This record gives sequence, C-alpha cells and structure tokens, in this order.
Amino acid sequence: MPVIEVKNLSKVFGKNPKQALKRLDEGMSKDAILKETGNTVGVNRASFSVEEGEIFVIMGLSGSGKSTLVRLINRLIEPTEGHVLIDGEDLAAMDKKSLRQVRREKLSMVFQKFALFPQRTILENAEYGLEIQNVAKDVRKKKAQEALEMVGLGGYLHQKPGQLSGGMQQRVGLARALANDPEVLLMDEAFSALDPLIRKEMQDELIDLQAGMKKTILFITHDLDEALRIGDRIALMKDGSIVQIGTPEEILVNPANDYVEKFVEDVDRSKVLSAQNIMKRPETINIEKHGPRVALERMREEGLSSIFVVDSKRNLKGYVTADDASEARKKDIRDIHEILKNDIPRVEKDTAMNEIFDVIYDSPIPVAVIENDKLVGIIVRGAVIAALAGEGEVKLDA
Amino acid sequence: MLNTVLDFVPEIPIAENTKKFTDWLTDTFAFLFDPIKENLESFMEFTADNLILIPPVIVILLVAVLAFFISGKKFGLAAFSIVGLWLIYNQGFWDHLMNTFTLVLISSLLSVIIGVPVGILMSKSKTAEAIITPILDFMQTMPAFVYLIPAVAFFGIGMVPGVFASLIFATPPTVRFTNLGIRQVSKELVEASEAFGSTGSQKLFKVELPMAKATIMAGINQTVMLALSMVVIASMIGAPGLGTEVLSALQRAQVGTGFVAGVGIVILAIIIDRFTQTVNTKNK
Ligand SMILES: Nc1ncnc2c1ncn2[C@@H]1O[C@H](COP(=O)(O)OP(=O)(O)O)[C@@H](O)[C@H]1O
Ligand SMILES: [Mg+2]
Repeated sequence: MPVIEVKNLSKVFGKNPKQALKRLDEGMSKDAILKETGNTVGVNRASFSVEEGEIFVIMGLSGSGKSTLVRLINRLIEPTEGHVLIDGEDLAAMDKKSLRQVRREKLSMVFQKFALFPQRTILENAEYGLEIQNVAKDVRKKKAQEALEMVGLGGYLHQKPGQLSGGMQQRVGLARALANDPEVLLMDEAFSALDPLIRKEMQDELIDLQAGMKKTILFITHDLDEALRIGDRIALMKDGSIVQIGTPEEILVNPANDYVEKFVEDVDRSKVLSAQNIMKRPETINIEKHGPRVALERMREEGLSSIFVVDSKRNLKGYVTADDASEARKKDIRDIHEILKNDIPRVEKDTAMNEIFDVIYDSPIPVAVIENDKLVGIIVRGAVIAALAGEGEVKLDA
Repeated sequence: MLNTVLDFVPEIPIAENTKKFTDWLTDTFAFLFDPIKENLESFMEFTADNLILIPPVIVILLVAVLAFFISGKKFGLAAFSIVGLWLIYNQGFWDHLMNTFTLVLISSLLSVIIGVPVGILMSKSKTAEAIITPILDFMQTMPAFVYLIPAVAFFGIGMVPGVFASLIFATPPTVRFTNLGIRQVSKELVEASEAFGSTGSQKLFKVELPMAKATIMAGINQTVMLALSMVVIASMIGAPGLGTEVLSALQRAQVGTGFVAGVGIVILAIIIDRFTQTVNTKNK
C-alpha cells in the first residue's frame, strides 16, 4: 500500500471554486479562468502515489502549485475536490482531532524559510512536536537531542535560531521534523533558501539520512538539478497540473511533451545519465570456442576494428584487434590467447556519464560496461556525444 | 425657506433616550453594579491604605533597586526615581501619590485582563474585528469627560467610577495591539505550529502570544499612560489622588500648587513609562 495516495486532487482559490473547476473540465486554461472568473487554480486534478521509503520530488516553476499541493497533503489547505489518503486513510473525511493525530504521528513538515520559533532555543524548537503531544519533559528532551545530533547540531542546544547560519537553521528544521519520528517528511523547497554549496551538502545528507531511516519523503523544489539529484521519482507540475511523473532518467530521456522537453533542455545530462543509458549490445566471441579466424569474420561482418572476448559465462577476457587477427591468420595461429590484449577501459553499469569521459577520451577501443564482472554492454565515443547533445539514441534499463 | 427642509424631521430625542437607557441600565443592573462598587472600592482603599502605611523611604528605595535592575544595571532611572519620588514626598503629596498609583494600577490591570482576550478574539475572527474596531474608535474619540456621567450613574462617586471611566478610555490600545501583534505573526510560523498538530490553544499560547508579546506590551504601555492621564479627570468625580490637587488648584487659581501636583503626575508617568517599556525591550 502506498504511504501517500493522491486522487484527483484540486484546489481553486477564490469565491467560486466549483465553477472554475467546471471551466477546467471544459478545457479552459488557468490564465483564462483567472481573467474570466477571478478564481486562481492552485492545483488541478493531481493524482499520484508515493511508496514507502521513496523520495518523491514535485518540481515546477514558481506559481505552478507545488506549495499548495504539499499543503493539501497535510490539509493545511482544504481541497476543493479530491482525496488524500495517508496509509489508506482519507484525510478529507477526518474530524479535527484525528487530523491532528495524523499530523502529530505521521506527517512532519520542513519549511522553505525554516519557520523556527525565534524565542525558543534550538532544543526547544526540536522539542515542539513532542511538547504539544504532552510527552514527558525528559523523554522529549532526549529525543529532540538525538534528532539534533543526527543533523550535526548536538553542540548548539541552547542557542537561539537567530544565532545560527541558514544552513544550520534548516538542520534545526529537519531535526524538529525528525524528532517526531514521522513516517513522512514533507519538505517545501527546504533547501531553496540556502547557498549552492550548503545546499549540495544538505542534499547529500538528506539522501544519507533517508538511506538510514527509510523515511518517505515528499520533496518540493523548483530546481531541476536538485530534483534529479535526490528524487527516486519526479512529478513535474505546470499551472497546477502534473504533466509527467517518472524517474529522473525517464523524464530526461522521454519527456512527455514540449514543456517538459524545454524544461530539461539545459540540464547537465552528464550527471544524470549513466553508462547503462548509452551502452550498446556488445559483439563478442567466445574464448572457449572461437579462434582468430572467427574473430576476423565477425569484425568484417559488423565493420569493427576490434572485438571483445568473453567466456561462456560472459566474463570479460580481453579483446582482439582486426590487425592482429589477420596477422594471426596469415601465420596460421589457431589459439586466440596469443593475440589477446587486456588493456580494456571498464566502467560499471551505473557509472555517471561525466566519469565516462575521462575513460573514453584516449581509448582506441570502446569502453566495456561491467556488472558483476560480466560484460553487459559497450560504449562508443559517438554515443556519449549524442547523449550529451540530447539526441534520441539513449535507451533505458538495457 | 431652505431650513424647512432640515426641520422636516423634528429633533430626534437622542440625549433623552440615552438618559432613559442609562437609567434603565442603572436600575436593572443595580444588583450587579452595587456589589462591584462596594467590593472594588473597599479593595482599592485597602490597597491604597496599605501602600500609605509603608514608610516612604522603603518604597523609594525599592523602586530605585527595581529600576536599577530593570534598566539593565544602569543608574539613570534609579537616580531619577529617587529624586522624583523624594520631591513628591517633600511637597507633601505622598498619600496622593499612593492613591493615584492604586487607581492607575487597578484600572490598568483591569484593562489588560479585559483587553487582551478581546484582542485575541478580534485576531481570530474577521467578524469580531469588523464589529469591535468601530467601537474602539468610538471609545477613544469620545471626550473622556463624557464617560464620567454614566460612571457616576452606575457607581456613584469615588475611585470605582474613576476606574470605570479609565477602563473605557484606556483599554482600546491593548485590544488593538493584541489583535495587531497576533495578526503579524508570520504565516509560516503559524503553519509550522499547525503542521505539527497543535490545537488552537497550543498555537495561541506556544506560538502566537509569545511572538506577539512585544507588540502587546507596547499596547499595554499606552494603556497605562492613558489610565494615568485619566487621573485628573477622575478626580472630578471624587477619585482621590494627585488629580484632586490639580483640580482644586484650578478651581482656586493656585498656580503654584497646580504646578507642583502636575509635576508629581509627570514624575509618576515617566517612571511607569520607563518601567513598562524596559520590560518590553528586555523581552525582545
Ligand atoms: N492563499 C491563496 N490565495 C489565492 N491564490 C493563491 C493562494 N496561495 C497560492 N495561490 C496561487 O496558487 C498558485 C500556486 O501557488 P503555489 O502553490 O504557492 O505555487 P509554488 O509553490 O509552486 O510557487 C499561484 O498562482 C498562487 O498565486
Ligand atoms: Mg512554493
């Protein structure tokens, strides 16, 4: 069962939301609806689900409805239509008390501008969620302290938020959310206010934290690089609607429409694509069966100047060049071992493309893609260049 | 003639009806007003009498020490308090000072006790705000003397009607600033408190009021100052204190006495103002 399930969720701000929804169904745009009815479409029929332990990113430009969507999920904003299910329970059907219970136990939020309580110390800030549940003072102090230590702020317990840098303040925000031990973290542009270096650091830490704690994270951002970096899956929003949901690679490689394509145009693909996206099926010969003659023939058929040699289990043994093979045939050498070369550049299946550059740059032969010591593909120089240019030849999950 | 248009409607008996209404209130709620008057009066007299019983030198020293600590261990306010209070004592106005202080203290306390909750209500409900704001405007712009009349009708003469008039006149700033202070709390902080599952009162007491404290204190400071400014006016209906001296000096054209009593009020005003203000800035 998904932890969060969003079904057909809509929010219209204004006097006559139902009427605006009807216009939406008739195909009117957000702008036209605002002009004609004065109602603002915040979120338009969003549906998605987030699985346990997943980092689900919602990305879109400013004003696309991300903050509204995340606030619909803990019902800080009442939906105009649609449902939000947390662990299968419908939030919309809940009375105030059960809603509070869900907020206290299952959903914690981290805010863009930190939203720390300035008159409280760091420790008291981290205690807040437990304090309002009337958890005994020593227990909540201990838990808050643990959460603060987890984000590296164990030494700042009695300072006030104003005394800390932005990055540290957001760590407090994170600790405050973690102290409750929630199932889900809702993070609304949590790192957007931080400068780039600190931001990278926080992204890495979040990924680490998540790997260790297995929280489900709904992460909002307007930054595509950030989305690609931390998201297991990404939902792209435009004018309140979700235009595509997919893994970072799916979004980059198969943009659902022109809008997404434009969006991903400028992204640094080398950081996102990995060897498996650009590798080709390798032509090989079997070291146990084939000699130089077969090798030469295979190369001639495929128009290659070299060919990889594997054993029956597809363990990579080396390669032979066309020159060596024809030389061997002239001299009537039957054993492939005599002309086998072994200086093969290798990368793993999930090696990022920017690391492949260095390997492929001065290699006369294609790069071998290895998984568990077995040859699974090859990469030729042309494929790298094509992928960087954003052209179609890349494929998913070879 | 043109005036006939204006005279088309005969004079509306507003004054008469207001009097009737007040009479009705007085009669109907006598069971309420009378015990309030009696209890409050005896309580205030008790307070003032006890204050007067304390040797002035001890009061002066106590105020000076408090002033020293409250102003962050600076001597200015402490020195001023000593000199100022001693001057009032020297002029033979000590008892008056204690009476005035009691009046200001009690009416300010009541203003705060009533004003803060009303301000909270206003901040929570647009309807309440829309209804209360014009009432506050009315309360503040009506000349303070006017309040003396129903005050006397309800409570006779003495300290209690003074407190009543002062209450009407001085409460609005506390209400307004409480409302303003809570509405000014950043939306994100309120959201944060809600997102963690706070109840309404947890949100109020753990986030909104602490955040609004500085603003509310500024309102209370104004309220106290207004209560003090009512001292002279209240003396017209028999509230004892420095105001009585000002009033009798006025009636007998005694410039000297009037001046001295006036200075006494100013000294008290400055001390009270600094006290409430520093409490405020210290908490920021
Ligand atoms: N309280 C509100 N009242 C009216 N319109 C709102 C309100 N909150 C957001 N909106 C509008 O809804 C749209 C989505 O806003 P938001 O969710 O804040 O976008 P994002 O977080 O993606 O920048 C915007 O057009 C915004 O102006
Ligand atoms: Mg936003």
